[in-house]
Amino acid sequence: MTGFLNPFRSLAALLMVAVAGALLLPWQIELQNLSKKSGFRTAVLDLSLREQIGQSGFLAALSGFRSPLAAFLWIEAHSAWEKTEWGRMNALFNTVTTLQPHSLLYWDIAAWHMAWNASAAALQDRKQQSEVLRERARRQYIDLGRDFLERGIRNNPDSYLLHERLGIVFRDKVEDHSAAADEFAKAASLSGCPDYIKRFAAYEAAKVPGREKEAYDRLRALYNEGEKMRASTLVSLIRELEEKLQIPAAERIKAPAPSKPAPAQPQSRN
Amino acid sequence: MTRAPSRILAIGGNTFTELVRQKVFYFLLLFALIVIGNSAFLAKFSFQEEFQMLKDVALGAMSVFLSLLAILATANLLPRDLEDRTIFTILSKPVPRHEYLLGKLLGVFFLLLLSTLVMGVLFLGVLLLREQAALAETRASLAGSPQELAAALAEVSKGAFGWDLIPAMAILLVKAFLLSSLTMLVSTFATSGIFAILVAASAYFIGHLQVTAREYWMSGIGIHWWTRIFTAVVALIFPDLQAFNLTDDIVAGVALPMALFWQTVALGGVYIAVYYVVACFLFQNREL
Repeated sequence: MTGFLNPFRSLAALLMVAVAGALLLPWQIELQNLSKKSGFRTAVLDLSLREQIGQSGFLAALSGFRSPLAAFLWIEAHSAWEKTEWGRMNALFNTVTTLQPHSLLYWDIAAWHMAWNASAAALQDRKQQSEVLRERARRQYIDLGRDFLERGIRNNPDSYLLHERLGIVFRDKVEDHSAAADEFAKAASLSGCPDYIKRFAAYEAAKVPGREKEAYDRLRALYNEGEKMRASTLVSLIRELEEKLQIPAAERIKAPAPSKPAPAQPQSRN
Repeated sequence: MTRAPSRILAIGGNTFTELVRQKVFYFLLLFALIVIGNSAFLAKFSFQEEFQMLKDVALGAMSVFLSLLAILATANLLPRDLEDRTIFTILSKPVPRHEYLLGKLLGVFFLLLLSTLVMGVLFLGVLLLREQAALAETRASLAGSPQELAAALAEVSKGAFGWDLIPAMAILLVKAFLLSSLTMLVSTFATSGIFAILVAASAYFIGHLQVTAREYWMSGIGIHWWTRIFTAVVALIFPDLQAFNLTDDIVAGVALPMALFWQTVALGGVYIAVYYVVACFLFQNREL
């Protein structure tokens, strides 16, 4: 191309773009704030991520390819799982969740791999002779799973799912029923939460010495919501607590002993 | 004598036909291969993972193809017309230069729109097929427990198609329009097609860092005056392309408020208008 441009005209054009840029600045800032308020553009792409994914990966993440990059790393983590490379999996999960902090699926499955699969594998690791060390490794993996869920919750405070999963970790892996009850209760307070989680919160509280009254009140409130909530476990537990707490006969539930089975409850992945 | 809209549309139609003749749509085959191949490969994952990754990869591929297409298709328009000398034939008729540029730009916009539609239909079609397969599998595995089945089917459908995918693709298209008009602006002073491509590609990467430069400049704490001038220049000259990167979070499940969507589209529209006006200003007195 052999065209010729007047340098003053070029300078004037550059100035026009700069003035437009200056006029658009307040709008850009407002839009950025609106995006952040709505949960967009909140991923922290810092130097630690640069070290994890390399220069080209970091450039791709900055250029609007965070989600495909996360998908590729997830596939890599899956391959690591097939080879039972737990340490590598943990590192990859950390990168994926940094790239996509609002994907509940990534937090959830990363936590499940660590708290269930890796912890179970650590316990059965025949290369490690010491049972004490195997148990220690098992607990460390459970803690890693817990950590994923806690970080996931910090990034997605309005989601019931991760609270539910954390409740399950506390219930089945840590066996801290008080913490499990709290997590299920937090999940139950968030929108979209299925009814069974409300029951879980009460069931777990009932297992904690000193929280029986609280559990009873929760169970009665659920019972009073109607037939739909009167699962056989719930009714049995109310009767049990009525005995334990010596509730006066007039205040006890009058329903006959349940004959139908409790509605099915989703199982954790193990 | 024909009116301005018909002249612009004629140039636009001609530009579109030229681009189609260059077989640019072949990239759609590559896109199809990525989406379908990816979907077949992901069958070993759980359906939630499969849907998530299908959306991640398909929208990422759409973004790459649209950005590349926008820059490459636009960068060569003016150099080729000069080389073929068609520009002299067109401009010797009563066609103002701004109409010529607008027609060229509209031709590329139409190509980008059509490409987005084809890729969108392909992607949603594969997603729908995978959803149907997952629903059938779920029905078969939970046939004995109707209560669980209803919840499981709802879970499968929730993980697949979401209406937010449509505005996500629309934002990718607006970003491609913006890149196209930016490349058009560059090509009005570029000395070759390759130069225009290089400048536009650099602007693409710098545009994604514009927000960092802007924040650094505006914070103004503990930085040298020359750094401040440099970051100010970056913030003012380059578009904020991060504003158009909403798809990453949309596929992760973040709900897109309509106010944010429309404001993003409007910002894109303003950028396109600014670049077009400046391109006309530069092209008006250019010696050909």
